[in-house]
Amino acid sequence: MTQTYDFPHGLITKIEGRALVLRGDDIDTDRIIPARFLKCVSFEALGAQVFADDRKELEGGHPFDLPAHQGATILVVNDNFGCGSSREHAPQALMRWGIRALIGVSFAEIFYGNCLALGIPCAKASQDQVRALQDAMAQDPSATWTFDLETSSCSSDLGHWSMEVDPGPRDMLLSGRWDATGQLLSRDAELQSTLDRLPYLNGFCTNTADT
Amino acid sequence: MSSGTLYDKVWDLHRVAELSGGSTQLLIGLHLIHEVTSPQAFVALEDKGLKVRCPERTVATVDHIVPTTNQARPFADPLAEEMLSTLERNCSKHQIVLNGIGSGRQGIVHVIAPELGLTQPGMTVACGDSHTSTHGAFGAIAFGIGTSQVRDVLASQSLAMNKLKVRRLWVDNQLSPGVFAKDLILHVIRSLGVKAGVGHAYEFAGPAIDALSMEERMTLCNMAIEGGARCGYVNPDQTTFDYLEGRPYAPSGEAWHRAMRWWRSLASNADAVFDDELRFDAATIAPTVTWGITPGQGIGVDEQVPTPEQLDPADRPIAEEAYRYMDLTPGQAIAGVPVDVCFIGSCTNGRLSDLKAAAAVARGRQVAAGIKAFVVPGSEQVARAAEAEGLDQVFRDAGFEWREPGCSMCLAMNPDRLEGRQISASSSNRNFKGRQGSASGRTLLMSPAMVAAAAVTGHVSDVRLLGV
Repeated sequence: MTQTYDFPHGLITKIEGRALVLRGDDIDTDRIIPARFLKCVSFEALGAQVFADDRKELEGGHPFDLPAHQGATILVVNDNFGCGSSREHAPQALMRWGIRALIGVSFAEIFYGNCLALGIPCAKASQDQVRALQDAMAQDPSATWTFDLETSSCSSDLGHWSMEVDPGPRDMLLSGRWDATGQLLSRDAELQSTLDRLPYLNGFCTNTADT
Repeated sequence: MSSGTLYDKVWDLHRVAELSGGSTQLLIGLHLIHEVTSPQAFVALEDKGLKVRCPERTVATVDHIVPTTNQARPFADPLAEEMLSTLERNCSKHQIVLNGIGSGRQGIVHVIAPELGLTQPGMTVACGDSHTSTHGAFGAIAFGIGTSQVRDVLASQSLAMNKLKVRRLWVDNQLSPGVFAKDLILHVIRSLGVKAGVGHAYEFAGPAIDALSMEERMTLCNMAIEGGARCGYVNPDQTTFDYLEGRPYAPSGEAWHRAMRWWRSLASNADAVFDDELRFDAATIAPTVTWGITPGQGIGVDEQVPTPEQLDPADRPIAEEAYRYMDLTPGQAIAGVPVDVCFIGSCTNGRLSDLKAAAAVARGRQVAAGIKAFVVPGSEQVARAAEAEGLDQVFRDAGFEWREPGCSMCLAMNPDRLEGRQISASSSNRNFKGRQGSASGRTLLMSPAMVAAAAVTGHVSDVRLLGV
């Protein structure tokens, strides 16, 4: 079911909601959103298609299909989540389903950057900690968790876990500067001078080319 | 921290500013776009009222969704047609060169940019496609990005990036006959795992790398991402320059000589410092085949599917998943596993030398009964060059289909796909569950010559035993 509430905007400080545990290492973006759903010129329909093939195979038993998980906002995964294809359709599909924060052992780099560009934090913890958190979350899927970027922690009545959030992305999210376009455009004079001094953009005639 | 490497030099040359939050604004020298990951970026750009900052440094083609049998417009698939017409509209509106079907320059984005001479040493190259790492073969720093970042590059010709660590993979000796760059990279990923490269750029160096052709270097760097490394590169040398000279976008005349001087200066210094270094011996590598559902689950063609006991405990859960999905038994020899479909093509192995290697195996042989085998050239230029050499006829005579260029069954966004539980021998780059268009379809990754060997024998076969 696709959620209809707002996408991330502004300052990202806390995400509250139910948690969804998805176990397994090396879950690639082809599994998150199979390629046939990339045949679109808009991301709008992707929420319903997240993990389409895995869900079909499990006939209702997939974590994204379990009734207790509908409306969950915090996704807890294991190691190297989001590897493979660079498709932003993957975090878009997760976001449009309702996910607003991820916790995992590690994330593939392009996936991680795509999440950040959408205002979705990816926090990390050791495999043992993540497994313990997943076990705690699985005890009671109805529990409400608070993913707190300010304290880098995730907590509920079931316990309190510390997480690591990379300082740069954390600052960007907390200050609402995670949408990079504005920052990049504000440095256009410096961009122009870089363009002007790169040999391959200037007939290989700049000083740099001769040194 | 690394210093004096090509990565460090190119990074410093393209650094625009330090951004709050600790990232660096990095200028992108070449932005490649295609129909799958750009439409939403153009919408976002226009929503913000922005223009394309450097249309002359932005180059487009269409590859993922193109049919390979009949490319007449409109495409039979209305969604595919909509994607291409959207790209055409965006390129026309923003004055971006589109290398479209029939232009003589269309093809897989990572095949056409090098063959047009667009990709050059010392550049930063970005594209909304993870296999952008391919362009590192030229000594460029090239990496895949998501659609929000495509928007950022369109708007500002730059990206907010964090500097990577640099790991040198030093490869001694030479690859043996019948063993290709594809086998080398599958071996590397098998040895290091699919996530070892996260946070790293891979520099490929050493005698075995020096001896590789540009097309082989492209195969190698193409799959750096499958080992977790967002970019991989090879230092530019005479092989690089010989490939580039005379290509449409390569410098010429006096500029060519100035360019070569500059390019040479970019190679990693003899005393460069790497964050770490790992060594491999090319001479010990066999033709390599994946048996599982990640590119790291590979073995030599003369080996057996590993048993759980042979694996690191952390790798066992995904191995168990792979045994079930692939319907392979631990301890079973990979040679002899029957295949249904044989696919030669993709940005990994869809270049002329790949087709030559496969044709050498196919020549005078016949595709085994019941097997669907097809060849998809990586670009219109590759197709025409192969046809000029008669390779299309070699393949047709052997029972392969000869198709039009595109990404095809690598990711099955066009009509080329596996059906049901079919198992493919594929020269592409990913063996993920469902990757080739069927939710239960299975993929065995291998070199183009090995795919041809599988096609003519009907099962996974050691190409070295076919006496090519």
